[in-house]
Amino acid sequence: MQVQVRLFANFRIGRFKEQMRDFPPGTSIRKAVEELGIDASQVGTVLVDSKYAKLDQELHENARLGIFPMVGGG
Amino acid sequence: MDQILRINLSDLSVKSEPVPAAWAGFGGRALTSTIVAAEVPANCHPLGPNNKLVFAPGILSGTTAVNTNRLSAGAKSPLTGGIKESSAGGTTAQMLAKLGIKALIIEGAPAQDAWYRIHIDKSGARIQEEKELVGKGNFAVFDAMGEQVGKKCGCLSIGPAGEFKMTGANISVRDKDGKVRSHGRGGLGAVMGSKRVKLISIDDTGCKGVTLADPEKFRTAAKIFSTSIVNQPGITHGMKPFGTAMLINAVNEAGALPAYNFRNGQYPNHEKVSGETMRETILARGGEPSHGCAPGCIIQCSQVYVDEEKQFVTSGLEYETISLLGPGCDIDSLDQIAAADRLMDDIGVDSIEMSGAMAVAMEAGILKFGDAAGVIRLLKEEVALGTPLGRVIGCGAGTTGTVYGVTRVATVKNQAIPAYDPRPIKGQGITYATSPMGADHTAGYAVGPTLGGAIDGHKKDGQVELSRHLQFAGAAVDSFGICLFADMAISGDPQCVPALVDMLNARSGANKTAEDYIPKLGSYVLKIEHEFNCAAGLTSQQDRLPEFFSAEELPPHNLKWDFTGQEIDAFWNF
Repeated sequence: MQVQVRLFANFRIGRFKEQMRDFPPGTSIRKAVEELGIDASQVGTVLVDSKYAKLDQELHENARLGIFPMVGGG
Repeated sequence: MDQILRINLSDLSVKSEPVPAAWAGFGGRALTSTIVAAEVPANCHPLGPNNKLVFAPGILSGTTAVNTNRLSAGAKSPLTGGIKESSAGGTTAQMLAKLGIKALIIEGAPAQDAWYRIHIDKSGARIQEEKELVGKGNFAVFDAMGEQVGKKCGCLSIGPAGEFKMTGANISVRDKDGKVRSHGRGGLGAVMGSKRVKLISIDDTGCKGVTLADPEKFRTAAKIFSTSIVNQPGITHGMKPFGTAMLINAVNEAGALPAYNFRNGQYPNHEKVSGETMRETILARGGEPSHGCAPGCIIQCSQVYVDEEKQFVTSGLEYETISLLGPGCDIDSLDQIAAADRLMDDIGVDSIEMSGAMAVAMEAGILKFGDAAGVIRLLKEEVALGTPLGRVIGCGAGTTGTVYGVTRVATVKNQAIPAYDPRPIKGQGITYATSPMGADHTAGYAVGPTLGGAIDGHKKDGQVELSRHLQFAGAAVDSFGICLFADMAISGDPQCVPALVDMLNARSGANKTAEDYIPKLGSYVLKIEHEFNCAAGLTSQQDRLPEFFSAEELPPHNLKWDFTGQEIDAFWNF
């Protein structure tokens, strides 16, 4: 299945900003994060189709996946 | 800290008093709100002689612990008509603490038309008439202080906006590099202007650090605190390299931006004004992508933004300013936003309030959405000069909306709503509605746990409890003098709170618990602030969001603000 992967902040370094990636059906977000070489413990916010998602959730066809480190601000 | 310093502008007197026992355990917001609630008549005119402007360093300010440089400023707000506490970084909190000043109270008002400056150092405080710097912007004032008092001089000042008593006026703080930090919200610059104080210079030469009841215990706890902050990935990999601007892409992805004056939670050109782009731009031009506003800061969320000729444009360009002036006004150029930020720093106006006012000005047809040059012109040629239009805009989003008959005005208690739409982050909406401060994001930052996945921002469940818990914690942390961003460590690392409690106890010799320092202190502060607001004439009708949030669905999630008044009022059941 095709998933639009969007990376942010330091996760872009050595990787990309946005890419369509192919994953087997039923791939969890955690698996996708691993495949990208990102340390899951550094992941702060995951948004799928702009909604908060947990790492163990499964991705679906044409999902828009956004992966952020911890965020906070003012 | 062993004295309360009172400076009376009615008789130009300076009085040093011992700290009353009841105030001994307080600092920062707990102290400013306690003093304002005790000494300011709730129905006074905020620009009259009976209002008081109180500055108080935090409980931990002046110690060797990192990131303890936050100063609180409090008064009755001319913007909200209720109590206000506003805080800022820079060097003044540490200096006042080292000078032994637990609170600085500016009271009364001069009978004549003269302006004054105040100087505070080891020998005491003196008031003198000020002529030369009146009418000047904050950059000129800070440069002059650097020359007249010394490179490390601390300074609190108002720009022209405060002199004009605009309700959007802020109080500026000199940081360790002579750049500007701000006590932004609530028009405290107008209060300082009503007392005709142009600037307060502070020199702590010859002062030692504050005395600690248990230096060993403090040192150990401070080390854990510091490590806790450095270990937060959100700080080291987020805040430090990208500043608070890192939130632009995150909030866009979550669909909660205030784009086009709160019409859309997403903005197509978000990448152009993102923290990532800001960092790239600064690096390419030779500016500083990381910068601390005070000695001992290990977070370094600030930055130095330069133009293509490597010339300084502005420092401390925050998510709020970028988001409200950028997507909020359909301006997609960081260079233009930085130029506007610089003007706002120099004129001495709250960048949240002004950005909100600019969106309302666009709504009113004074400018077209996207007209960055027009925003800059309004700041430079109208607000800075106190023209009638400048005074309207300088008084903020609410006033601009009233004068132009605009209904789409995003304010609560007449204070502009910060850059997170409440419809997909409902806990933040509860904070906006209920905080005694008016629409305020840091007072109870529900955005953090929502983006972090601890709560579903689209649903009403648990949001009132979340906001209450965060507002208690926020009020407590506002009293410690700790930089707000250390909060990521406080909530993220289980070792951090015990270390914080140890530092607080080691400072004073007390033996209190985390329960005492956080929810108990926090709820006390909220209670006295709420009581002041009620006495000042605010009712539950002011704990509401503007109509259009309930009427309109916000794309992309198509959510409305759907809390009833009764549900919101349940916040106060404690």
